[in-house]
Amino acid sequence: MTTPSNAAPAPLGSQPIAPTALSTTRPLYWSVRRELWENRSIYIAPLAVAAIGILGFLISLIHLPRTIRELGTTGPVHQHSMGPMNQHATLAMPYAHVAWLIVLTAFIVGVFYSLDALYGERRDRSILFWKSLPVSDLTIVLSKASIPLVVLPLLVFAIIVITQLFMLLLSAAVLQISGVGTATLWAQLPLFQMQIVWLYGLIAVALWYAPIYGWLLLVSGWARRTTFLWAVLPLVAIVVLEKIAFNSSHFANLLKYRFIGWFMQAITLDTHGGPPIDPHFLPLTQLTPGKFLSSPGLWVGLVFASIFLAAAVRLRRYREPI
Amino acid sequence: MTAIEARSLRKAFGTTVAVDGLDLHVEEGCILGIIGPNGAGKTTALNAILGLTPYQGELKVLGRDPWAERDQLMLDVAFVADVAVLPRWIRVSQALDYVAGVHPRFDRAKAEGFLAKTTIKRSSKVRELSKGMVAQLHLALVMAIDARLLVLDEPTLGLDILYRKQFYDSLLNDYFDRSRTIVVTTHQVEEIQDVLTDLMFINRGRIVLSCSMEEFESRYLEVMVHPEQLAAARSLKPIHERQVLGRSILLFDRVDRQQLAALGDVRTPSIADLFVAMIGNHAGAGEGAPR
Repeated sequence: MTTPSNAAPAPLGSQPIAPTALSTTRPLYWSVRRELWENRSIYIAPLAVAAIGILGFLISLIHLPRTIRELGTTGPVHQHSMGPMNQHATLAMPYAHVAWLIVLTAFIVGVFYSLDALYGERRDRSILFWKSLPVSDLTIVLSKASIPLVVLPLLVFAIIVITQLFMLLLSAAVLQISGVGTATLWAQLPLFQMQIVWLYGLIAVALWYAPIYGWLLLVSGWARRTTFLWAVLPLVAIVVLEKIAFNSSHFANLLKYRFIGWFMQAITLDTHGGPPIDPHFLPLTQLTPGKFLSSPGLWVGLVFASIFLAAAVRLRRYREPI
Repeated sequence: MTAIEARSLRKAFGTTVAVDGLDLHVEEGCILGIIGPNGAGKTTALNAILGLTPYQGELKVLGRDPWAERDQLMLDVAFVADVAVLPRWIRVSQALDYVAGVHPRFDRAKAEGFLAKTTIKRSSKVRELSKGMVAQLHLALVMAIDARLLVLDEPTLGLDILYRKQFYDSLLNDYFDRSRTIVVTTHQVEEIQDVLTDLMFINRGRIVLSCSMEEFESRYLEVMVHPEQLAAARSLKPIHERQVLGRSILLFDRVDRQQLAALGDVRTPSIADLFVAMIGNHAGAGEGAPR
């Protein structure tokens, strides 16, 4: 690393050649860190939403002792009328809501991050600095794609777990202080199970949305301005054109499937004759990873994502500062 | 060993030809100054050399094809394309971390040493630094890279004269060591005259002059002619004539020094004067000396 600068240049061939693993993963690792330095909203936005969620939850805790008392002390008749699902719902709903808010925030952050990723460096001319370093365009594009596809899902999962644990501790503290006891809380809140479902869902969504992020990165590497319009308007144009020309909406359905298809493939709400399920609190039995992994939609999407990213790599090679 | 070898290098943007059949041969260990008017194709040629733009013709930089192997080439090449390309959001410490992380030939201690001579704080963001400090930071990063070829495109643009002087001193004393090659373009020609080992004029995408500084000094002579000798001097076919304070100054190419000494005061011209003589009136267009 610290070659003496005034040493005579080593003859060609005798220079130390870095192992391939080192020369590819190290620049990737540092380039991902670089993205986090530049785009602090990647972690600040979900954390801020988590904090707001916890604050709201804290205020709602005023009612918690009463709710628990009703759940815990009611007789078997009452309990039956309320149903176990509703008990889950009453207790677990805030946990699910906070998690959804964090996920939604991360999605928005991911979209805007991707739209700016290969555009901002051309706009501020810093691409000339990045290109002066021995980092390939492939490494740079992969590091940028890894933010919405890997970093954000894992980060979101970690924030959800910590937030929900924190909420649980707050609840337990409030119940302890008000003398109600925490037994019902532990019994009725399937937190660990919820979190496994969240992790599964986050991975499934990341894979399913890969072509969306790939497309956004491609547009950000191509457009000279207004990346958002370039990303959205061509798709709208195709939808409208198809509707007017053929009075059909295949492309619109395709887009719709890309946004909600993971939900149909990765989980099922069918309980085979059992009681209906609240989609907020899926038991692990409702996850269908086999179906998800064998759905053509996933693999076609991943192929498109690869094509978009390959095009983005090529574009970055050609593109100059704006 | 050859640092840069180009044959009929050509680059056009639409119908505008920026680089028009450049033949270039830069040996390792020289400091080449590329001088040309705005729009002469200097930056385009350098961008081709750095793998930033595709081109026609043959080009090898340190034995590599820059367009196909930019990332590999950058292990051995460092460049400052423009003083204002450091991202404004980055902290000084982060810039050091990143370059140290991705560049196996970056000597962090050396960069810290350069920075210690400045007032730049590690925790500052680039946007908080003055223009001169940004340039200092960029050069500290670049000069700490153990590169075989350093390309500087207008490295001192917009910097004050003290800083420019210090920059070239530092380049010569702390960086250059005869095994490296430096290619520099600038409009502040007079400041690099003593720094260069080789000189090249480019105009309209073509090489107008290419020679070593020794050749330059022996070949071109400037005479402040005694008024009574003016006719005799003009008969020796000067390539340029100008008036300063009522005296005529004639610039000669390959005329015997003894012969000129009889006509007036002989001296080596400045690069700027030769540049004006050759580009200003197109006298020497296309007449680059073979090397």
